[in-house]
Amino acid sequence: MSEITPTEWTAILLSLRVATVATLVATPLGIAIAWLLARRDFWGKSLVDALVHLPLVLPPVVTGYLLLLALGRRGFLGAWLADHLGIVFAFRWTGAVVSCGVMAFPLLVRPIRLSIEAVDQKLEQAAETLGAGRAQVFLTVTLPLALPGVLAGMVLGFAKAIGEFGATITFVSNIPGETQTISSAIYSLIQTPDGDPAALRLVVVSAIIAIAALIGAEWFSRRATQRLHGN
Amino acid sequence: MLRVNVAKQLGEFSLEASFESQGRVTGLFGASGAGKTSLVNMIAGLTRPDRGTIAIDDETLEDTAKGIHVPAHRRRIGYVFQDARLFPHLSVAANLDYGRRMNRLSEDPAQTKRVTELLDIGHLFDRRPGKLSGGERQRVALGRALLSKPRLLLLDEPLGSLDEGRRAEILPYLVRLRDEARIPMVYVSHDAAEMRQLATQIVMLRGGRVTSFGGVKVLTG
Repeated sequence: MSEITPTEWTAILLSLRVATVATLVATPLGIAIAWLLARRDFWGKSLVDALVHLPLVLPPVVTGYLLLLALGRRGFLGAWLADHLGIVFAFRWTGAVVSCGVMAFPLLVRPIRLSIEAVDQKLEQAAETLGAGRAQVFLTVTLPLALPGVLAGMVLGFAKAIGEFGATITFVSNIPGETQTISSAIYSLIQTPDGDPAALRLVVVSAIIAIAALIGAEWFSRRATQRLHGN
Repeated sequence: MLRVNVAKQLGEFSLEASFESQGRVTGLFGASGAGKTSLVNMIAGLTRPDRGTIAIDDETLEDTAKGIHVPAHRRRIGYVFQDARLFPHLSVAANLDYGRRMNRLSEDPAQTKRVTELLDIGHLFDRRPGKLSGGERQRVALGRALLSKPRLLLLDEPLGSLDEGRRAEILPYLVRLRDEARIPMVYVSHDAAEMRQLATQIVMLRGGRVTSFGGVKVLTG
């Protein structure tokens, strides 16, 4: 197998950038939603829960198309964002961030929610009696104790984001250098005569990224768990 | 002075308790299921009564008729739970310092020294709660509550999770605490012997009602 070409590098770096930004943007939101679902009862909770999980069960192409309808240049949100804030998602790498973030969201939220649910509420009560308000309880007790779940969610979300294909190609198409991620590059190469060696190289690269992410996740969660149990 | 007059329905169980105590250590005495912990949780502000009032000295902490409910974190009431509830991700030193940080109190090395000497926990500072014995854990929990500088200390069966030997180990610390710390306490227990050693006034609870109130002698009645 020969060297990785500059075009392939572009796709690899774009994928990494898209997945990293998507994970970093989705994580705070994911933590907030996970906390709401784990600790609060409110009207419409099952609806929020269903919405979060929707990208998991909808065909990705449907999610991508819905994003296009909402955030495309003529979409009800997209037009407003473009006119008022100058933000455009359609056919931009930032749009890939949105579609990857949406698709990764259910996988990101679930472990965080489970780990927040696993935090003993008696400890939160103890913190209250020591003078901690709700936000302080969350920041000093709940979040640190839920950290292994947060890291697990981030890694799962990242892995999903880096492999996302259907929603992304539907929403932002397959433009080399702008929206062509590893997955869409492989897809294009397979359809090109003589594209097989290049496709294979990218397959190897994505396998390496996936394995590295899994090993990293394992390492992080082991360290975090050790820290929590004071060993 | 602690004034409590509350009512709460908890499923089939109804709690209606009223007492007023001037004592240094008010003992809440009764069998398990008498409503002791529910009552203490209301004093701490962790649960709310259906109706009633709770006041310390001149300050009303709870008055359902007037819609007053001071949240737990603003009551400055220390709480030592039966199961210690130390924060597992923090060292003993950080656990002890937690209340000071949350209340934004300035550091008070003299007080820290006094409390750690009183409870004999200075050598545990760098350890994690997971590495402590049951008795050590309970002493750290006591220290943590004291160092948040509460105006009232609630102790809910602090010896309940310990075996006979450990109880004998902690009890002297509690007596010292009563005599030296000058913080009024509410001590919850179902053990008459403990009550006799610690309490100055007894509130006897049975089935969610106060059945008698007075000096330690009500235990024999």
